[in-house]
Amino acid sequence: MRYIEPHAHMVSRVTDDYERMALSGCEAVCEPAFWAGFDRSAVAGFHDYFSQLTEHEPKRAAKFGVKHFCWLCINSKEAEDVKLAEEVIRLVPQFLDRPNVLGIGEIGLNKNSRNELRVLEMQVDLAAKYNQLILVHTPHLEDKLKGTKLILDVLKNHRRIKPERVIIDHVEEHTVEMVLDQGMWAGMTLYPETKCTPARAIDILEIYGNERLWLNSACDWGVSDPLAVPKTALEMKRRGHLAAAIEKVVFQNPKIFLSQSKNFKL
Amino acid sequence: MTRQQVLDLYFLDARHKLIEVAAFLDRVERAGGKDDFRFKAFKTAITELSSTKKQKAKSVLLKFSDLSTKPIEKATTKAACGAVQG
Repeated sequence: MRYIEPHAHMVSRVTDDYERMALSGCEAVCEPAFWAGFDRSAVAGFHDYFSQLTEHEPKRAAKFGVKHFCWLCINSKEAEDVKLAEEVIRLVPQFLDRPNVLGIGEIGLNKNSRNELRVLEMQVDLAAKYNQLILVHTPHLEDKLKGTKLILDVLKNHRRIKPERVIIDHVEEHTVEMVLDQGMWAGMTLYPETKCTPARAIDILEIYGNERLWLNSACDWGVSDPLAVPKTALEMKRRGHLAAAIEKVVFQNPKIFLSQSKNFKL
Repeated sequence: MTRQQVLDLYFLDARHKLIEVAAFLDRVERAGGKDDFRFKAFKTAITELSSTKKQKAKSVLLKFSDLSTKPIEKATTKAACGAVQG
């Protein structure tokens, strides 16, 4: 079954993962800019990272017939340093016309601090100014509910942001409804311990329907599974969901949302 | 799916996880040490499992969640820990 992986940090994965994803039916992978596991010390670090996302990773993916797309931003874990964040935000537009760039992401909050909120607002303004799609990271664990509410307040109060062009990722049972109620898209992340499981993600689909919802692995340098999406597709099949319904979630939905970017072409 | 089908697919996995939770409780209670806000939060959240509410997963997540609404002054850590202190 063909699928799109809408959120994977392939810079932190070995090339074997691309092969396994391709064998499992992955046609495209989308990679948001994220935290490397350490704080980058200068804007030059971000320049190199954005170059890696827009030049190197697409070539690595292409070796296995997988199309690679990316999102650009400064992530919330590095947002306490507002001065650095401003420099990075000034850098982003230089990369927006690269052919695999989809939008601004993954922006959001981490610990729900004032500076993180300020940097989030600046990046939402950036997305509005350049008419870019937005991909949002919601905080982990005990911070997720509060952070999701703060993020939604920023987005819904911005007169130039259209909700259908925003995906709020890493939703769980206590946040999915408030995201969908705002007309935005919601991403369910299949990540061990800290986010959803396949069974819970399918429960959410069965309760809320399959519109404006997608699945992703957000695989990264932590213990995570780049095949979480096809494994969840298999779980859907075990539950009796038909092939067309499964393909809607794992292929058609990401395609619908991402095709709002002129750069998303399969 | 029918209830029977749900149980056929998931009972053994859920049973295993329940035993893991029970063993975790035993392990914490066997170990010496001070009270910990995470364990307190865990014991509070666990009571949601016996409730008659429809959305128990949501209720458990809410019990672990920070319900405050204002941003904090400054982030002093990167990581979340799973429960709210204080």
